[in-house]
Amino acid sequence: MKKNKILEGNALYTVIAIIIGFLVGAIVVGCGGLSPAAVYGKLIDGIFSKPKFIFNSVVYAIPLILAGLSVAFSFRTGVFNIGAEGQFVVGSLVSCVLGIKLNLPSWLLVPICLVAAAAAGAVWSSLSAIMKVTRGINEVLSFIMLNWIAFYLSNYVVNLKGIKADGREATVDILPAASIKFPKAVTDALGCNTFNWGIVIAVVAAIIIWYIINKTTLGYELRAVGFNKYAATYGGINSNRAIVTAMAISGALAGLAGATQILGNAGRIAQFAGQEGYGFQGITVALIGGSDPIGCIFAGLFYGAMKYGGSKLGMVHAPKEIMDIIMGAVVIFIAVAHVFRSLFYSMIDHSRQKKAAKAAAAAGAKHGEAE
Amino acid sequence: MSENIAQTSGSGKEPEMAIEMRDIVKKFGDFTANDHINLKVHVGEVHAILGENGAGKSTLMNVLYGLYRPTSGEIYVRGKRTEIRDPSHAIRLGIGMVHQHFMLVQPFTVTENIVLGDEPMRGLMVDIKTARKRVMELSERYGMAVDPDAHVEDISVGMQQRVEILKVLYRGADILILDEPTASLTPQEIEELMQIIRNLTADGKSVILITHKLKEIKACADYCTIIRQGKYIDTVKVSDVSENQLAAMMVGRNVTFAVEKKEQKPGDVVLDVRDLRGKDYRGAEILKGLNLTVHKGEIVGLAGVDGNGQSELVEILTGLRKADSGSVKMDGREVLNETPRKLFDAGITSIPADRQKYGLVLEFSVAENLILQNYKKLPFAQHGVLQKDQIAAHAEELIQHFDIRPANSASHPAGTLSGGNQQKVIIAREITNDGELLIAVNPTRGLDVGAIEFVHKYIVEQRNKGRAVLLVSFELDEIMSLSDRIEVIFDGKISGSVNGKDADEKELGLMMAGGKHEEE
Amino acid sequence: MDVFIKNLGLLINATLISTPPLLYAALGSCMSERSGVVNIGIEGMMTLGAFVGAAVGYYTENAWLAFLCGGLAGALVALIHAVVCITFNADQTITGTAINFLAPGFALFISRRLFDDSTDTPPIADAGRLPKILNGVFPAGSFWNNVLNVHVACIICFVLVAVIYFVFYKTRFGLRLRAVGEHPEACDTLGISVSKTRYICVILSGFLSGLGGAYITLATINQFRPAVIVGQGFIAISAVIFGKFTPQGAMLACLLFGVCDGIKSLSAMTNAVSPNLISMIPYIVTLVTLILFVGRARVPAANGKPFIKSK
Repeated sequence: MKKNKILEGNALYTVIAIIIGFLVGAIVVGCGGLSPAAVYGKLIDGIFSKPKFIFNSVVYAIPLILAGLSVAFSFRTGVFNIGAEGQFVVGSLVSCVLGIKLNLPSWLLVPICLVAAAAAGAVWSSLSAIMKVTRGINEVLSFIMLNWIAFYLSNYVVNLKGIKADGREATVDILPAASIKFPKAVTDALGCNTFNWGIVIAVVAAIIIWYIINKTTLGYELRAVGFNKYAATYGGINSNRAIVTAMAISGALAGLAGATQILGNAGRIAQFAGQEGYGFQGITVALIGGSDPIGCIFAGLFYGAMKYGGSKLGMVHAPKEIMDIIMGAVVIFIAVAHVFRSLFYSMIDHSRQKKAAKAAAAAGAKHGEAE
Repeated sequence: MSENIAQTSGSGKEPEMAIEMRDIVKKFGDFTANDHINLKVHVGEVHAILGENGAGKSTLMNVLYGLYRPTSGEIYVRGKRTEIRDPSHAIRLGIGMVHQHFMLVQPFTVTENIVLGDEPMRGLMVDIKTARKRVMELSERYGMAVDPDAHVEDISVGMQQRVEILKVLYRGADILILDEPTASLTPQEIEELMQIIRNLTADGKSVILITHKLKEIKACADYCTIIRQGKYIDTVKVSDVSENQLAAMMVGRNVTFAVEKKEQKPGDVVLDVRDLRGKDYRGAEILKGLNLTVHKGEIVGLAGVDGNGQSELVEILTGLRKADSGSVKMDGREVLNETPRKLFDAGITSIPADRQKYGLVLEFSVAENLILQNYKKLPFAQHGVLQKDQIAAHAEELIQHFDIRPANSASHPAGTLSGGNQQKVIIAREITNDGELLIAVNPTRGLDVGAIEFVHKYIVEQRNKGRAVLLVSFELDEIMSLSDRIEVIFDGKISGSVNGKDADEKELGLMMAGGKHEEE
Repeated sequence: MDVFIKNLGLLINATLISTPPLLYAALGSCMSERSGVVNIGIEGMMTLGAFVGAAVGYYTENAWLAFLCGGLAGALVALIHAVVCITFNADQTITGTAINFLAPGFALFISRRLFDDSTDTPPIADAGRLPKILNGVFPAGSFWNNVLNVHVACIICFVLVAVIYFVFYKTRFGLRLRAVGEHPEACDTLGISVSKTRYICVILSGFLSGLGGAYITLATINQFRPAVIVGQGFIAISAVIFGKFTPQGAMLACLLFGVCDGIKSLSAMTNAVSPNLISMIPYIVTLVTLILFVGRARVPAANGKPFIKSK
């Protein structure tokens, strides 16, 4: 009985997918003429060998957890938020500009930056939602368009007078009051000067989202609409309003992710050459986390560690892109989890049948002896 | 079993055998859908296969058509043992199948649908001209009128069915399998279909008719094979048996078709619809000034052919569609074009036609589905937070009272339940909602006899409690056996009204096709 | 007037130069989506195509071989998508997301291993670049010479629009592929192999996307850099939705993006308006057009749904 529960759940298949992902990575590394042992050794070393490495991994994980939450929430409410990228960008842009321009005490400035970033993300995704419910415009299309508009908007603002720093393709730094880094004494003690309150924000956000989805009438409405818009409407739920609400919440989370990255870690925005990819990494986190808010915390930490550890692979002359290959493989094997599931079930059936056959044969043999 | 055939086909010259299936077994995992089934079909005969929903008729036919491979058993086509590998093999063998759920590509034209998979070519191009000509020839030869250039999404259900039959004939089939072909046809269209079947057999084709409607078997089949719970029961000559005998063989016990209903005088008007006008999904006016009243303690049956405005009427009454003009009053209060929520609060509850689309959130648990309209209300929610214990207790109670199976299904996704039990979940919810008006749309579609009796019992119980019931159904038998009053809808209006007891099928059929009721 | 004509010629030329990568990929996306398989891995397929094209071009100095190899690399990635989505019925969006990590990862991984830990390939010699054949047909500096200063591969992709239109709407394969995208069960009962049709379409979509990527490295730029494919795949997908899933509609949408790109590259010389604002125009125009005129596109009915054949 207990065994069946494990087979039913998602965790087992996620672990299997991760293991296979690493195997695929090892094969690629081997084919590339490198030693998988050396590469993975460096990876593990780079994540775990010092406490400060672990803290750095956590810092990498913060925006990923929040972006993953954003996408997971959209999955649970029936939309595919491929626009988290753009919402992330407007969130970081708004928090960065306010963090530069508003000369306020920290206790006021930080909440303003965070709330404004979440609001910006919410507005950005609501644009798609409103186009979807009023004009029937495919949200994948509008999300992609808005991703690019956000991209160029950010580059435009970064280059404005009074925001652009002299001598580099980036904004000036945010005011110290806008920072959400832990006090210097703490970061010094941890050996990680970017460790920040973002991790607390991310975990609290995950818990709140979990509660909303599973325990509240709002969650009931949004899930009902996500699964079956028609039945939800029939049941008296205003499905258009629910879709806009769900997408706004999802966008707010992505905007918040952008803010934590600026206020907690980067401190400024650089001109983009290509898309940052947080939105797509968020999709991966959501998938590895099984679209579960709590799962996203672990998936985000995993991805953050991989990103951080991967950045050190250059030291052993291994391409850090091996991380992308591993992550891609993990996601593919999560996508075919149902194949493993039915494989396991049929194996169980098979062994049961074998046992039964053996028992029957044994019984038959006895019978024969008796005769 | 086989003596039976020998006996019935003994007289005169033995006709040639078209299909013989011997000892067919088909298992899906642990479930045996076909358990040693035999079937013999002669050339030029109409052979009915009778059984309840889920008895294994469709599985057997899918085996014959090559969609499923049998677990064991033998198939002979024109006396020759054959392993039918896939549908294209079946087609080459001259076997064609018309599926219950039409297999038509909606945005394609009639011609494109008919030739798909066997297209006439001119060089690299599909020769649509020749295709069209062949379609027209076939359509004239068998008396099946179709518009070869119309898009399938724009044509009537009756024409779609003719397209399906032409599709099969186009491929040169001489053995036709028709799977529940009359499911959504009017009595007149059914009569036309029977004529088409006669034309086909006169032309030397064999027809296998899958159905659970006894009347149709009596009307046009020569032989009938009965299947029950996957098992072969018997093959009989139709002219030798009565409808009741067939029914008993199908169900395995005697069934009474009459529904017990106490005499009762209708009370005050509950629902009052006046001069209702509205458009269908394409924007064409479909309700053209409809008037309808339903009183307390009465079942009003709305009879009519699909597409005459009944779906739109129900959608307007439940808030899923906006009307253009008119009036809808519940207990004297105007509720036209209110939201689904307001209409529900005004006392309108419904058993929707499409239970998987509108009735249930299949991914939700049964418990969650049972509070679909009441999730915000006490005791299921407080201050926006769901009360899990109350929701579970409510589910347990309803599962027990309405005999929803499996009995521990409260936390199971509704999608894992059988069709009959899914319908029970909806009935349980809507009967418990206990609105002033219950609208039931095709409430027994696709259910087996036991489940049908269950649904009918609860509908009548609501009436007996003094609630108003509007029954919308394409099954004329259902309308006639349940209704106190029957209103016929045609072309967006009520075209006639008869007392439930005085209803006559022929007369109703005439009204459904647009003929006027004599008294009017 | 002369200046206007000259600039018009240059603008048309700039448009013709920036449209092909999008158009190749959009035609690929169109094939896949119409057969019922969502392919958001186009981006990854383009990236690998761009890299393989550049690498083969660099080593062999044979432009056509390089171009073809770029297409084949895309097709190979598409084969993964096909196996996972069609044979194993996996979620197509999830798989596409994974492809967008896998394929660019491979490209950069191989690049670093081949080219001394660099993500850029060395520049390709002229012989390894796609040729322009219409240069010199008209007098130098004339309007037509300015317009037709394009690579052969650019002409090919517009010819392909006509070819794919013909295939979709006139041939047996096209009729069947559209039917498979609308109603796979019906096709199955008529003996049309749903999975074979979808395999062909998905692999072709990867091939075309790979060509689109290789066009950038073999025609527009003469090397591979990570920043050469930055979202063109997604724009191609948008163009297909915008163009209502028809090859001709997708072409018009791609030209819209191409024109804006052309304006951007021409105005970069004058520096009058922020290039970032100009860059936003195609996306805003797309959204406004959708809101005002187009509205909902009719998505192929079976799009994104795995077809599970019962046995």
